[in-house]
Amino acid sequence: MTSSAAATYAAPARAGVEVRLEGLRRTYGQVVALDGVDLTLQPGELIALLGPSGCGKTTTLRLLAGLEDADGGTITVAGRDISKLPASKRDMGMVFQAYSLFPHMTVRQNVAFGLRLRKVSKEARDRRALEMLELVGLSEQADRYASQISGGQQQRVALARALAIEPKVLLLDEPLSALDAKVRAQLRDQIRRIQLELGITTLFVTHDQEEALAIADRVGVMREGRIEQLAPPTEVYSRPATSFVAEFVGLTNRLPGEVRNGRVTVEGCELPLVDPGVPDGPAVALVRPEAVTLASSAGQESGALVGTVIAITFLGATSRVTVDLGSTTVMAQLPTADASALAAGSQVTLTIRPDPVLVSVDKVAASEA
Amino acid sequence: MPFLAYVGVFLLLPTGIVIWDAVKNPAGQFDLASLKLLFNPEVRTFFTGSIELSALSSVVGAVFGAILAYAVASGNPDGVVRRLYLSGSGVLAQFGGVTLAFAFNAAIGPSTGFLFHAGWYYDFPGGIALIYIYFQIPLMVLVFLPAIDGLKIQWREATENLGGSTWHYWRYVGFPLLAPAFIGATLLLFANALSAYATIQAWENQIAYTAPQQIYIAINSEVGLASNEGDIIAVGMMVLVAIIMVGYFRLQRRAARWLR
Amino acid sequence: MVAVNVLGEGALVDPSARPPGMQLGRRKRLNLFRWVTFTIFGLFFLLPLIAMIRFSLEGKKPGTFSLTAWAQIGSTPDLVSAIEITLELAVITCAVMLVLLVPTMIWIRLRVQRISQIFEFLCLLPLTIPAIVLVVGLQPIYNQIEHYNVSALQLFWVYVILALPYAYRSLSAGLIAIDATTLSEAARSLGANWATVILRVIVPNMWQAIMNALLLTAALVLGEFTIAEILNDITLQVALFNISRATANAGVLFSTSTAALLFAFVLLLILSYAGRRRRRA
Repeated sequence: MTSSAAATYAAPARAGVEVRLEGLRRTYGQVVALDGVDLTLQPGELIALLGPSGCGKTTTLRLLAGLEDADGGTITVAGRDISKLPASKRDMGMVFQAYSLFPHMTVRQNVAFGLRLRKVSKEARDRRALEMLELVGLSEQADRYASQISGGQQQRVALARALAIEPKVLLLDEPLSALDAKVRAQLRDQIRRIQLELGITTLFVTHDQEEALAIADRVGVMREGRIEQLAPPTEVYSRPATSFVAEFVGLTNRLPGEVRNGRVTVEGCELPLVDPGVPDGPAVALVRPEAVTLASSAGQESGALVGTVIAITFLGATSRVTVDLGSTTVMAQLPTADASALAAGSQVTLTIRPDPVLVSVDKVAASEA
Repeated sequence: MPFLAYVGVFLLLPTGIVIWDAVKNPAGQFDLASLKLLFNPEVRTFFTGSIELSALSSVVGAVFGAILAYAVASGNPDGVVRRLYLSGSGVLAQFGGVTLAFAFNAAIGPSTGFLFHAGWYYDFPGGIALIYIYFQIPLMVLVFLPAIDGLKIQWREATENLGGSTWHYWRYVGFPLLAPAFIGATLLLFANALSAYATIQAWENQIAYTAPQQIYIAINSEVGLASNEGDIIAVGMMVLVAIIMVGYFRLQRRAARWLR
Repeated sequence: MVAVNVLGEGALVDPSARPPGMQLGRRKRLNLFRWVTFTIFGLFFLLPLIAMIRFSLEGKKPGTFSLTAWAQIGSTPDLVSAIEITLELAVITCAVMLVLLVPTMIWIRLRVQRISQIFEFLCLLPLTIPAIVLVVGLQPIYNQIEHYNVSALQLFWVYVILALPYAYRSLSAGLIAIDATTLSEAARSLGANWATVILRVIVPNMWQAIMNALLLTAALVLGEFTIAEILNDITLQVALFNISRATANAGVLFSTSTAALLFAFVLLLILSYAGRRRRRA
């Protein structure tokens, strides 16, 4: 980003606004897409809605944008109730997943389109369009057509177009899902940078948890039309509120164990519980792979937890080691340097770090996803 | 490769014969002078008649066909209505020709009209234009529907999001994008009407209004008119249709680029 | 008449894309527009058909009903022979089209891609040459043929050409839809020879496209008038035309036309059912 672009937006004229969604409901015939969603976005905040297909995250976004009508609930932006306002008057910028650029217009004309609708003069809107294109780093493609630029570039143009009208809120509907992995990561960071610079309140929908964790101020994990947890990324990851969140975000080991007196015993290790109120009895503990440490078994005292290495998956900086304990299989995640000391088929000793864990009390770890 | 021979004999050869006969003079030599016949006022009226009828039916057919196509496209992609209208269009497009003329005679002919007696039925273009429109509309639906389907919902939503109303959408996005496909389809309809022969013959074959009808008369008459008049008119028609089809194909390509 | 994809094959929409919801106000307006449109157009299209059917049921005195017109279909010898000839022509044309086009197209698609452009051009060429123009040049050729065999059935030679564009488009769409190249490569890698590939891998998957092509060809033959008339062959359409010249508005015209319409409709229904069952299997 050039310094001139930074200078233009150093003190954003439109500082972020507060967006409040209260009790949003939406049904399609028999299907309940949204079941009472409450969400408040602080001014300038980026909230990522994360969840599997059909959880309602896109519906929430579309209701906020005004592209669909809610069956219940209210939407307030900067203190004003806009629930009944048509989409064209809501002053929000939206970036769609794909195909949203107008094929018969050049990049510049696309970006300037919103301004044209607002009857801005040709010079003014071309100037602004060029500013926006510089912001996303595409000013050289201004006279090309959508079909002539790559997918990543198209999404950047879409972003420029959405921002050109100086919207109060920025909405992104899985903007990176249709792109290659490498492009995805770059673009994701760029979006976040621009968003921070402009200080614009943003709602970002995705099914990719890595994306959500990487860029959001807060993450809202959704499931079946409700938000299960709304918290900063670190909290969602290390202190998941429900077992769904624990399993959806990051990898989890499901280890059968026994709860007694507010602690759970798993494979001989005693671990504290996130919720000490869980009644005694059998339960399944959700343990993160990084909480599992391995060491080769040579010269260890008896009584330690021992297993056989089944597989080592190289993931770059870290590696995932799958260990067979006889009764269950456990995944551990280690720095690759440490993992390379282990070999498939060798014996290893496991320890589980005593972080508080979640348990799910639905019996039998068998079955399901 | 037998394929080529086959096509050669039954398509290229006759075409060649027509062209050759048209440019032949009585002595059997290549002579473009005979083509001047095309500019003969009498012959011109046939072409004018053809063009008038074709233009009228194709433009009207295109506009109404586009409206109908939009109505069909904006519904449930798998729904009953869509299937019904598409199949119906397919059937109707085949039903044209002689039988269609009978149906219209039955419906609004002056002597037999079931619905009412249209005094203008046998005036030109009058009833025959209406009949042409009857089969042009289904054709338009079949040809234009894919283009409408090609309009992506995101464009509509993006326009709304950027502050545009329905009117803005159609003016800046919808119509411009559909324009090549629409014009192309209209051209196709035009070529279709130009080439039509059966229907108008069944409607009224005592008087020739259009070029195809005149060709018929020319081939069957042994008297008067230059012996290769039929060929010449045929060549004139071919050139006309060829120009139109070229325009059609080029517009199709443009439309495909945007709407696929 | 121009017969385009009967089932609107070009109009296929991806059914997996769930249409997102729309605002209430707009949906209501849209639905109103649709229903009004369908009603108006529906009426426009149905009325002449109704008139025709009504006339086919007309009795001796206006206002009475009778089936004489329908009976006459069977009792007018010219008409009966014309119907026979037309049906036979349809069958022959379809058969020739099938044998000619299907193997050639598959072959070209799988083996000799370079020719496909020229091939496509040739197949679509008949669209640009009106029948009325073509027939003028055909006369001398058919005069030659008549030396060997005088029969209306000889029309099939040119009917195949006429039907070429429609059959080509239908088959081409079918080949693309089933991704013939990938299928054949898979089959070949498993050891099949070319005949097997064509007969047992490609063709069974193309049934719908083939049926569609056949239907379009048959419809074209049934409806063709221009060339038959000028070459003085008595097909169904020509016979009807002659009758109409003799007796304007003879009842039998309407009954036959209605019958033809019903016939086309039935063929269409069969095709769409055959297609649907195939898809489920």
